[in-house]
Amino acid sequence: MPTTFWGRVLMLLDGYSMSFLRGAGVTMAIALVGTFIGCVIGFAVGIVQTIPVSKSDNIVKRIILKIIHFVLAAYVEIFRGTPMMAQAMFIYFGSAAVFHINMSMWFAAFFIVSINTGAYMAETVRGGILSIDPGQTEGAKAIGMNHFQTMVNVIMPQALRNIMPQIGNNLIINIKDTCVLSIIGTVELFYTTNGVAGAKYLYFESFTIAMVIYFILTFTCSRILRWWEGKLDGPDNFDLATTDTLKHTSGMYKYPSGTKEEED
Amino acid sequence: MAEKILEIRHLSKTFGKNVVLRDIDFSVCPGDVTCIIGASGSGKSTLLRCINFLEEPTAGDIVYHGRNLMEDRMNEASYRAKVGMVFQSFNLFNNMTVLKNCMVGQMKVLKKDKETAKKNAMYYLEKVGMAPYINAKPRQLSGGQKQRVAIARALAMEPEVLLFDEPTSALDPQMVGEVLAVMRKLAEEGLTMMIVTHEMAFARDVSNHVVYMANGVIVEEGEPKQIFGNSQNPQTKEFLSRFVKG
Repeated sequence: MPTTFWGRVLMLLDGYSMSFLRGAGVTMAIALVGTFIGCVIGFAVGIVQTIPVSKSDNIVKRIILKIIHFVLAAYVEIFRGTPMMAQAMFIYFGSAAVFHINMSMWFAAFFIVSINTGAYMAETVRGGILSIDPGQTEGAKAIGMNHFQTMVNVIMPQALRNIMPQIGNNLIINIKDTCVLSIIGTVELFYTTNGVAGAKYLYFESFTIAMVIYFILTFTCSRILRWWEGKLDGPDNFDLATTDTLKHTSGMYKYPSGTKEEED
Repeated sequence: MAEKILEIRHLSKTFGKNVVLRDIDFSVCPGDVTCIIGASGSGKSTLLRCINFLEEPTAGDIVYHGRNLMEDRMNEASYRAKVGMVFQSFNLFNNMTVLKNCMVGQMKVLKKDKETAKKNAMYYLEKVGMAPYINAKPRQLSGGQKQRVAIARALAMEPEVLLFDEPTSALDPQMVGEVLAVMRKLAEEGLTMMIVTHEMAFARDVSNHVVYMANGVIVEEGEPKQIFGNSQNPQTKEFLSRFVKG
């Protein structure tokens, strides 16, 4: 056993680097997939929750919408309002005990993270939709788009840009919070580290390594997302689609002159 | 008289207890250029928004080609594709380029293929003098340019009637000029238009029908010559006295 701290860290890395890497991989996989599916859920819930209900709609449609809205609101409130660790225990062991569904550990992990992220994202997406100028919706309606077309083509792309920082936030939270899944036996980074630490009885050294890995993961993700945000904004300049750049296309009309002036 | 495209009968609109429109009657025939004038708050914009069902009218009939839409509601989306609208605040889609703005409605609503939509969009962008700017995003354009793109976007849907809701109110005088020039050209080409405007000279020179509104009712309507030159109605005279005849 090396006598210095760094010596012991190196020894752990030497013996267990593959385990750490595999743990980090599982953590990233769950966080990425969970965030992605969570976003999809969030967008779907957001679109449905913003369907306008007008008095001229028939009664059946209004009742169905009411019920759907209630169910979605309940989903959001319940999953936001209870700890993910408790949900993990409840879903993983509860599904086996009550419904005799033998969930695989992987499925349970993805399911729990996705559905949690979805509940948070639903509210984020709703906020994103509300942040878009109502004029955009009117513009889309005025050329005959229905609610779904308006949402998909006009509102969501803009809302997505506005909530990108929040999606990044969620991804980082998920990278860190997957560690609660160790309670149902998911072999991710925290579980791996705990095992290594226990085997060698080197807790401080093992978790130093884990902390560094977690930080590298979250920091890299936040930088990548920041870069992507910049890309979504598009370039600041544009090319005029004409060969004659000296030709002006505005300010050549006179009014009121009464005479027609054709633009050339 | 040609067949009426739109006929508005006894239309009224209330917001809570606030009556905004009262018993509005008028009709639009093909080729009509109708200007609606009046003080702010007289219900002009609300009237236009009711015609497009952006606001739900409280009572009355909106008859489109003989079909009463208040009783027998056709698909709102396909109606709006026929009765287009241009807004005071442009409402271009900020996430799309100029070209995309003019194509998306044709592709999603009219189900045209990409090539046809593009050709059509270019034709109308050419008409409003914005063809060189197809790659620009709305935030890179001036107000007048945005409004001309918005007009092209509405035209690309090939509507029967185009509603203009104060299209020049957010613009400086030079931009007002460019937008009005485009609208004047459209009028000369026979497009049916309904225009809410404060540009009196435009209303007088370009329209063939002027409607003066105050406090939610139509006070007077008729040919521009009569309204601007020879109005007998004291309210109309009072309103127009502020407009220096040029």
